[in-house]
Amino acid sequence: MNAQPILKVEGLKKYFPVEKGFLRRVVGQVKAVDDVSLEIAPGETLGLVGESGSGKTTVGRCILRALKPTQGSIQFQIAEDRTVDMAQLSDRELRVVRPQANMIFQDPFYSLDPRWTILDIVGEPLKLANLAKGKELEDRVAYLMEVVGLEAKHLRRYPHAFSGGQRQRIGVARALATNPRLIVADEPVSALDVSTQAQILNLLQDLQREFGLSYLFIAHDLSVVEHISDRVAVMYVGKIVEVAKRDQLFFFPKHPYTEALLSAVPTPDPDVEKERIILPGEIANPANPPSGCYFHPRCRYAEAICRDEEPVLREVSPGQWTSCHFAEELSLAGAPQGTN
Amino acid sequence: MEGPEKTTALAPELLSRENGDDSVEYMSRGKLIWRRFWRHRLARLGLPVLFALYMMAIFSDFVAPYRPDSRLKGFKDAPPSVIHFGVGENRFQPYVYARKRSFHPKTFREIYTEEEDKKYPIHFFVRGETYEILGLFKLDLHLFGVDEGANITLFGTDSVSRDLFSRTVIGALVSLFVGLGGVAISFIFGCLIGGISGYLGGIVDEVIQRIIDLLIAIPTLPLWMVLSAAIPRQWPVAHTYFAITIVLSIVGWTGLARVVRGKLLSLRDLDFVVASRLAGGSDLYIITRHLLPNFASHLIVTLTLAIPGMILGETALSFIGIGMQEPGVSWGVLLQDTMNFGALVHQPWKLIPGVFIIVTILMFNFVGDGLRDAADPYSL
Repeated sequence: MNAQPILKVEGLKKYFPVEKGFLRRVVGQVKAVDDVSLEIAPGETLGLVGESGSGKTTVGRCILRALKPTQGSIQFQIAEDRTVDMAQLSDRELRVVRPQANMIFQDPFYSLDPRWTILDIVGEPLKLANLAKGKELEDRVAYLMEVVGLEAKHLRRYPHAFSGGQRQRIGVARALATNPRLIVADEPVSALDVSTQAQILNLLQDLQREFGLSYLFIAHDLSVVEHISDRVAVMYVGKIVEVAKRDQLFFFPKHPYTEALLSAVPTPDPDVEKERIILPGEIANPANPPSGCYFHPRCRYAEAICRDEEPVLREVSPGQWTSCHFAEELSLAGAPQGTN
Repeated sequence: MEGPEKTTALAPELLSRENGDDSVEYMSRGKLIWRRFWRHRLARLGLPVLFALYMMAIFSDFVAPYRPDSRLKGFKDAPPSVIHFGVGENRFQPYVYARKRSFHPKTFREIYTEEEDKKYPIHFFVRGETYEILGLFKLDLHLFGVDEGANITLFGTDSVSRDLFSRTVIGALVSLFVGLGGVAISFIFGCLIGGISGYLGGIVDEVIQRIIDLLIAIPTLPLWMVLSAAIPRQWPVAHTYFAITIVLSIVGWTGLARVVRGKLLSLRDLDFVVASRLAGGSDLYIITRHLLPNFASHLIVTLTLAIPGMILGETALSFIGIGMQEPGVSWGVLLQDTMNFGALVHQPWKLIPGVFIIVTILMFNFVGDGLRDAADPYSL
């Protein structure tokens, strides 16, 4: 990373209290996000991958302060010469910062208020930030609609008149409304069918080029992330287990969990023989995680040390950070080379 | 691929009337709701019937040929009048015969026979007994009636010679409006308490929910009985009526509070609410601009479906004698007459107020169903 990162998250933790009984006593903590650190350079896309329940969405929401993080710092460069810690801002201070970052949601049906017209939906961030109103607002929204490939004349329609892909474009337009520097895309294509997925991914890439956006791109499967990410981070039970440049991670994974995820990526070439790694059991319960390495109960390379000692995230090769005791020894299968 | 043709095809609700240029007209939200509602056949039946019933209740003094407490001397337990047509030249002029009373030689039960030589034409907009409108001015105009010398009892008479049709029509006023009143009070309590419960959450929510559990767990009829026993017997009819409305809504608000709370909780975490928060929307802004509009329609449906429960509650209370009391008239009070088995066998017309109750409840349910279908034209 040469330039100063636009987003630098350090030691981010988000614990949800487990309450029990009539008086809501706190009987435990769900460590949804447990000590996550990551960086995003200007114009870069960081893919964040993990099974459902791994805490990736929580990371995204904490960064944008839809949730208040329990601990950690979120250094966000809101202008060339100004960086704020999102984790510490009060609600009032947040209002000033919010236009600089926005979110694209997973479900294009629940993310648009069915009672509002497109004009109101896309214009809401502008209105609330007092950036535009009246005719100016309408022009801006019409422009945004065209930017995301929809016709400006549909402004007064309601979301129900649009298809899933179109709705997701509207969601993208809303995220772009205030000209943000950072966009957290929370599984923006996983609710769409495959042909529409490609359209939205291409749109996001075009927009990144045009507006110099930085993305935190959250997904649960690696095949989607492959197309759009510069770097990829893999999460498991609230922790990042591996982060590396895309190609490095895809072709030379160092963590057994990454290997398992990669083996699940479908290969278009039927002649490529590939072992499918089926992970036994389910993702660990973040309220009661296993000892040592959280992944050891499902890991086929696990040994005694994995049960007792928690591995640390360390740089195993230049630019590639992995938290596995055997990262150096294991030779793991990556994505089949030369398929894309 | 996602050109205008496709979007037009995707929006069946929009009027495809192109106005020269490329502006397309859209149906407003109201129009959409109405269209969906009208597509529900039973609701289409229910709405006019309910409208007619409520109009009948509002203008009951005018619709009823007699006062609810006036006695038709010598006409105890008389069956419904038979209406014939054709007087002189006019083949469509309806008339009734005067009736003569005699007694069954063995049972001494009244027998009414029509005197075929005494035709009494039914007149419309006639002068009759006087009544007061809102206690302000007196009027004696009635929708229909017959001349002195005969009487017209469409639903027969009761055991003290009062016209059951007049009493049914006038009783509708209490029975139909107790539902609206009760629901209105329930609505206020339900929204307030449910809203607090859903919005604050935590211990407050827990306490309120357990109180509601408790209220729901108490069998309604005994609870109503206890509460209505507290209504002083000597109270005037209007007071009793109001008290009963409150008694009914003490139980009624719980269901509504649950709906409001559940809806608030489910909407609170939807993505569009998060999006609004990320855009800088305050709590109040989100509640008034996003949450309320999204569950208003559900509230209306719940309210409509709550009215029949209220009406039935009043009927039940009055029927067992602890709701409305004579001289007050409601459908439940009228049905008290059917408590004795002989009445059911020999004077089945006394069940007619029950038919009105059934029809009203059914129509409310139809309309509620229709509203539920129509409430969310943009639903997900």
